[in-house]
Amino acid sequence: MYAQLVKSEGKSQAELTPEDIAFQERIDRGEKIEPKEWMPEGYRKTLIRQIGQHAHSEIVGQLPEGNWITRAPTLERKQILLAKVQDEAGHGLYLYCAAETLGVSRDQLLEKLHSGEMKYSSIFNYPTLTWADMGAVGWLVDGAAIMNQVPLQRTSYGPYSRAMIRICKEESFHQRQGYAIMMKMATGTPEQKRMAQDALNRLWYPSLMMFGPSDKDSVHSVQSMAWKIKMNSNDELRQKFVDQTVPQAEYLGLTVPDPNLKWNEEKGGYDFSEPDWDEFYQVLKGNGPCNKERLGARVKAWEDGAWYRDAMVAHAKKKAARAVAAE
Amino acid sequence: MSSEWPLWEVFIRGQHGLNHRHVGSLHAPDADMAIKHARDVYTRRNEGVSIWVVKSVDIAASSPSEKGPLFEPSNDKVYRHPTFYDIPDEVGHM
Repeated sequence: MYAQLVKSEGKSQAELTPEDIAFQERIDRGEKIEPKEWMPEGYRKTLIRQIGQHAHSEIVGQLPEGNWITRAPTLERKQILLAKVQDEAGHGLYLYCAAETLGVSRDQLLEKLHSGEMKYSSIFNYPTLTWADMGAVGWLVDGAAIMNQVPLQRTSYGPYSRAMIRICKEESFHQRQGYAIMMKMATGTPEQKRMAQDALNRLWYPSLMMFGPSDKDSVHSVQSMAWKIKMNSNDELRQKFVDQTVPQAEYLGLTVPDPNLKWNEEKGGYDFSEPDWDEFYQVLKGNGPCNKERLGARVKAWEDGAWYRDAMVAHAKKKAARAVAAE
Repeated sequence: MSSEWPLWEVFIRGQHGLNHRHVGSLHAPDADMAIKHARDVYTRRNEGVSIWVVKSVDIAASSPSEKGPLFEPSNDKVYRHPTFYDIPDEVGHM
């Protein structure tokens, strides 16, 4: 998902202290954990990693769409895309603030992103080549994100849960504007329809990868699910996503690029091909088509903005000193 | 130099005359900028008609360990709720 392969820091059953056990009982009762309350160090660290990765994904996620703002086909589309990208910035900020309640600063998190120590979602390392990609990203990528974020509204950590509630309220617009672009393209000229199909072809498997590795290879899930910072298994959400998305593709008259896609009456869902997991691990390692470009753009923005951030602090200090002098 | 902008807590009053409500936090160099950022971060969809910001370090909060002594005393005071009193149906709505 927006947080893939987050390392979870649980303890073995024998190492659990009475505090750990009481803490787990609070979570099992459905209580929310709030910032100043006692929490196991592993819970805190895992959450920082997960919320941080989620925040980074929102921020880096602005880049593939920002790519098309100046080339949107109409003024209306430009305004919509601008509003969506602005939302992503907002979502990143909500999440950084949630992470900060756990005792890490936003600048520390950004430093770790820039050094490559922290990751962001693999999906944003794919290029957006045509306008149809703006449709496919909204429809598939935001659709996959919603699938994960809706259950996370019930996560055990209060600030994370509240950030998710805000984000979910705004996210539905993202998916719908994307699908609206796809509808326009799919019912347009043959060339436009071909572009829509091409966008689906390229983004289908990367979207499936967003949910993370298959459950059998997902080593950190058990502890995170017990702590309710992960609400569903990767495969469960991936299945749900495919089941929801295939009929939407059919409505568009587009073909999902999977020869093995087939309705399975018995399980009440589609059978489908898994994405290429080697590719997934390569992209996470930094070898995707756009990793260098994306991270480079983030680092450049941070470095180019340093003089501005410092100037604002200097100005605030000067104003405060003047106010004191005037008293 | 690079010092991090301080953290501010943001309170927004919605359309319908309710109290300002805590909506989240943000970083800003000073109060003026905090209000401008709050407008962009927390009121993109008509959520508010008024914004308060206060530096996070200036907020004093009750400690979680005081939860018992602070809030338990009100648990056994059921007579503070209207439902504690039985009013006969004949009296009508009260």
